Amino acid sequence: MTGEVAVLGAGMHPWGKWGRGFVEYGTVAARAALADAGVDWRDVGSIVGADTVRGGYPGYVAGATFAKALGWQGARVASVYAACASGAQAVNTARAQILSGLADVVLVVGADAAPKGFFRPAGGDRADDPDWLRFRVLGATNPTYFGLYARRRMAVHGDTLEDFAQVKVKNAALGALNPNARYRKRVTAEQVAASAVVADPLRLLDICATSDGAAALVLSSMEFARRHGTADRVRIRAVSTVTPRYPNTVLDLPDIATDSAVAAEPAADTFRASIARAAYEEAGVGPGDLSLAEVYDLSTSLELQWYEDLGLCGEGEAAKLLREGATALGGRIPVNVSGGLASFGEAVPAQAIAQVCELTWQLRGAAGDRQVAGALVGITANQGLFGHGSSVIAVR
Amino acid sequence: MVTGWFTGEGEEFRLLGTRCSACASVFFPREDAFCRNPGCPGGDLEEVPLSRRGRVWSYTDSRYRPPSPYVSDPELEWRPYALIAVELESERLVVLGQTVPGVTVADLAVGMEVEVVPGVLNEDAETTWTTWHWRPTGVTA
Repeated sequence: MTGEVAVLGAGMHPWGKWGRGFVEYGTVAARAALADAGVDWRDVGSIVGADTVRGGYPGYVAGATFAKALGWQGARVASVYAACASGAQAVNTARAQILSGLADVVLVVGADAAPKGFFRPAGGDRADDPDWLRFRVLGATNPTYFGLYARRRMAVHGDTLEDFAQVKVKNAALGALNPNARYRKRVTAEQVAASAVVADPLRLLDICATSDGAAALVLSSMEFARRHGTADRVRIRAVSTVTPRYPNTVLDLPDIATDSAVAAEPAADTFRASIARAAYEEAGVGPGDLSLAEVYDLSTSLELQWYEDLGLCGEGEAAKLLREGATALGGRIPVNVSGGLASFGEAVPAQAIAQVCELTWQLRGAAGDRQVAGALVGITANQGLFGHGSSVIAVR
Repeated sequence: MVTGWFTGEGEEFRLLGTRCSACASVFFPREDAFCRNPGCPGGDLEEVPLSRRGRVWSYTDSRYRPPSPYVSDPELEWRPYALIAVELESERLVVLGQTVPGVTVADLAVGMEVEVVPGVLNEDAETTWTTWHWRPTGVTA
């Protein structure tokens, strides 16, 4: 165990397509988190931003941009880019600063104004960039990879289109209860089946949208939290940031091919499973200790994959777990009670932070209609393009 | 747009990878700088043709026009193509590729044998960009 940090505050800007800039979203979320923490911005010793691209500027920005918007006050600053894991790396950077004594209170912010439609690589010809190559050579969008995983599950584990649809039905019903979610309407399996195929076998309602949105956290040392008098002390106990192990034998975004297993045997765990395992080992808990999980449901079938990678059930048993209702609110291990990406959509730098916001509210018992009764331990799971692991365990 | 990924014509068409002389790891797309096996002392990377046939690991298609840098004519109606991830037994790796035109997801199944054939990615007045396609064995279209 590496020690804990306290979560003093959590805040979001509601997700949607608002047509404004990421700085505004991030600032709203940051102010909400500071107010929730009862901490004055001028008392924050460090700000960590999860990066996004600023339009027209050839680079990634975050930390200082939010610091300027909140009012320069001289805080230490860091900005991190790790694709979809950027938010978890921002949390981890803040945690490392707190545990090493570099800062007592850290504000973590992620925000984005996502482009409409498919994600695509930045402009220019870049044959040394796997993300550019998969689009240029194959036209392989993110949903085509989700389609490959879904079809593979159907062939290997016998998952059905109805199973996939039921993930959406579950998450949409939960998103309907969440005021920060972009989509707040229930969805039926018939509506999923009637939506257009995007990448066989997945349909439009199996795949998450792109959204604008923001999320922020105020983290502190346990000593500061005690002095501050925070009563319901949610703590972060683990942040997994692991990379894959060679050979990585599951075809993964954005690669055109896997590693070869000719010279080295693959690890027993897949990359996704190793992300969760590292978090469990660091936190000293196991799947049986969890009260809830927030997982990265880029597609309905990918949520099922995470059930197995988190050890919520055995390999191939995810659809059974879903059918039993175990992952619904009120079930043995509710998954994506926030509504998940199915209800939020992707705002890349914000989403891993948003997952921790949901854990925070759940562990405080402040999640309203979507509250998991008696929540004590929660895990988030996420994966960043190019081999960035991301999982956070929080406890009460 | 990327050189050295495939070679030959007709029955002689092959994807090209590289193989580490020290540990025998195979890389596709080709790795010409350093062997990426962390347990390998590092060897020379030699160009090798990959197996011509493999088995379908999974497959999907693209029912909507992908964004650039994929090249397609916006004047023409979008025609979906299928993508297959193919397991090559002797190299123990999986390679993604488009299917030959005319083969759809309805024609495919996980585990089916496919072979690599030359194909056209796109063309304009000056240039034809060639690529590899996967085709179920026994299909001659």
